[in-house]
Amino acid sequence: MTDIAQPLTTADGKPLKGALMRAQARARRRAFLLVLPLLAFILITFVFPIGQMLYKSVYNEGFTWQEDVTTGDRTPIMTNLAAWFDANPPGTEPNEEAYAALAADLVVLRELKAPGQAGTRINYELSGSRSMFTKAARSANKLEPPYKEALLDLDKDWGNPDLWQAMRGASSSYTLNFYLAAIDRERDADGSIVMVPENRQVYVKLFTRTLTLSLLITFLTFVLAYPIAHLLATLPLRHSNLLMILVLLPFWTSLLVRTTSWMVLLQSQGVVNDALVGMGLLGDDNRLQMMYNRTGTVIAMTHILLPFMVLPLYSVMRMINPSYVRAARSLGATSWTAFRRIYFPQTVPGIGAGALLVFILAVGYYITPALVGGADGQLISNLIAFHMQKSLNWSLAAALAALLLGGVLLLYWLYDKLVGIDNLKLG
Amino acid sequence: MTTRASNDAFVEFERVQKSYDGETLVVKDLNLTMPKGQFLTMLGPSGSGKTTCLMMLAGFETATHGEIKLDGRPINNIPPHKRGIGMVFQNYALFPHMTIAENLAFPLEVRKIGKSDREEKIKRALDMVEMGRFGGRRPAQLSGGQQQRVALARALVFEPELVLMDEPLGALDKQLREKMQFEITRLAHDLGITVVYVTHDQTEALTMSDRVAVFNDGVIQQLAPPDELYEQPANSFVAQFIGENNTLEGEVMEVRDGIAVVRLDDGELIDCKPVNVSKPGERTRVSIRPERVEFNKSRLKPGAHTLKAEVMEFIYMGDIFRTRLKVAGNDEFIIKTRNAPDQVRLEPGAQIEIGWLPEDCRALDA
Ligand SMILES: Nc1ncnc2c1ncn2[C@@H]1O[C@H](COP(=O)(O)OP(=O)(O)OP(=O)(O)O)[C@@H](O)[C@H]1O
Ligand SMILES: [Mg+2]
Repeated sequence: MTDIAQPLTTADGKPLKGALMRAQARARRRAFLLVLPLLAFILITFVFPIGQMLYKSVYNEGFTWQEDVTTGDRTPIMTNLAAWFDANPPGTEPNEEAYAALAADLVVLRELKAPGQAGTRINYELSGSRSMFTKAARSANKLEPPYKEALLDLDKDWGNPDLWQAMRGASSSYTLNFYLAAIDRERDADGSIVMVPENRQVYVKLFTRTLTLSLLITFLTFVLAYPIAHLLATLPLRHSNLLMILVLLPFWTSLLVRTTSWMVLLQSQGVVNDALVGMGLLGDDNRLQMMYNRTGTVIAMTHILLPFMVLPLYSVMRMINPSYVRAARSLGATSWTAFRRIYFPQTVPGIGAGALLVFILAVGYYITPALVGGADGQLISNLIAFHMQKSLNWSLAAALAALLLGGVLLLYWLYDKLVGIDNLKLG
Repeated sequence: MTTRASNDAFVEFERVQKSYDGETLVVKDLNLTMPKGQFLTMLGPSGSGKTTCLMMLAGFETATHGEIKLDGRPINNIPPHKRGIGMVFQNYALFPHMTIAENLAFPLEVRKIGKSDREEKIKRALDMVEMGRFGGRRPAQLSGGQQQRVALARALVFEPELVLMDEPLGALDKQLREKMQFEITRLAHDLGITVVYVTHDQTEALTMSDRVAVFNDGVIQQLAPPDELYEQPANSFVAQFIGENNTLEGEVMEVRDGIAVVRLDDGELIDCKPVNVSKPGERTRVSIRPERVEFNKSRLKPGAHTLKAEVMEFIYMGDIFRTRLKVAGNDEFIIKTRNAPDQVRLEPGAQIEIGWLPEDCRALDA
């Protein structure tokens, strides 16, 4: 009998715990080495780019640093103005001193050939200001005191308080203004946060539309996929294989081909409209508008995302033994009760997985809405792409993307709270 | 064991046939009546149609031909949930997303039984199978034997008159199985329910049932109480399938006064009880139980036929001795003797003479 109070030891008297640790350390090191390549891959391809994106959404040096593309030299710009902003609180009327600082900075911009860059940065917040910078920089050398009058002579918009607020915001590399812009907010001349004018409010509307359309698409795929998955799981293998091929067929076809084939079907001179008109259900002059609007986006995306709902549902349903429903029936349940109380609850993990998958894919979908969405069916990802490719306002694109990411994470958290992530069955 | 209740037919299969594919009959012309309160076991090799019969009774399969009656009413067109038959499935089929108590509440809820009534019935049913403490657990948190008991309690909680069980003990180890066999028979007796039980374990069938229906190839080969089944098998399939059996092949020489004289293939003559032979010249298989074979001359009736045998192997099994002999060209002939103080242990190679009572030796179909 060993004394219970004494720590257990191995045969040669060493503490058992330590021996166990040593014995397991080797196995743990091996396991770690095995996953190391994957870990590195994820870090390089996933964590690092997303980190970069998040950084870009709060950091923009367009109005603070200039980098010479050939030599790589970095020069600070707009330093005088930044100093004035530091010394004076937001809402201070720009005085002669402020205009003098601006004039000095414009000279520097001219020497560095950087007025375009600085102007673009301000242009993000106040359109039309880029040309003011290029124009003023051209004549920067000829500016004489009093600078306020000289600059206002050049362009009276130099006195616009919004412009000064925009320059104040941009004078620091780190800013939250892109996030404000992404939710249709801006700072007024006093520095307090206000809504942007009605005609420029787009992002909140687009976020809401993306959210509602994604929820609608998720719901539609669920309604369509549930019976299909059930058939797949219960049909004899011979038939279910054929059905499975039909479900997977869209996967093997290019996304572009699938989307364009929907265009062929849905456009106003398309197959569906022709058929309806041909059957006399529709007059030739009021053909249905199913393309280049929300309807087109919803129909095409529901079709394209359907397999992502079918597969998790199928994998869960296949594992449900038919004897559960039989047991329920023998215990006195009608087939509807047996479905509602026995079968359906057991498919919830599949529904959760499918819904999460479809929703997350839908929220970030790009090609289909771009092709069939028209103006009305655009989603937030189309706007992110616009800012990346056309307006080149990467910081705003990054802020929008970060909000999207945050929203998805929030939903994921909500899902975990409500359903439990352990219940997720992806295959 | 004897039949417990009256002989009115409670469950009735009338000329029932079943085919799944329209080509082969899985159940061929099944006729069976069982009175209320009886414990009937369907026993048979794999694929002989036992589950199919049970499923037709429960309403999950329809009979291709014939009629099934419950308490005098034809039930072919009654859906499963209106038949009021309790069922225990082979894999228990406890609902994994519900606790044990919720599982038991399910049949009561769908019958719209009030909450207080429900709770009382659940408690009674769980106590009955000694699972009262486990009401709050999930099926996955129970051992196989415990799940089995819950499945039993769930099939009984709504007080059905007929309970079907499809190999309910198949997944349990031997000891637990024996315990549960006892508990199921006790419950069935105490509650007076009618049970149709499916198994392919013959010991289980013999120890539990009032009557056993031996299935083979979609046909009931024999329907009889266990003792009759063992001692008086109706054909050579039953003789082979139930218990250990010795078979000798031969030809009937004459049938007279309830005795058939059979000439074995090596020329020796023996006396048998004719079961399904009637006239000389028929081929027959003679069946003798190992424990009915005697090699001690003094214990045999005078004038009994004896056969020469050579001892091949002696196996000590504790309570009994099992000896393998070569008899009439068959070297798989087994005899069993009790391990008593005066019992002889046969040495391999020894030449002995064996015999038996004519009524223990049954001439069956070839
Ligand atoms: N759903 C079905 N479709 C087609 N054939 C089936 C089906 N169910 C059973 N069979 C066939 O019917 C025959 C009898 O099956 P059944 O399940 O009744 O056998 P069983 O006696 O219960 O066997 P076991 O002891 O192995 O459970 C088998 O040959 C089987 O292949
Ligand atoms: Mg079976």
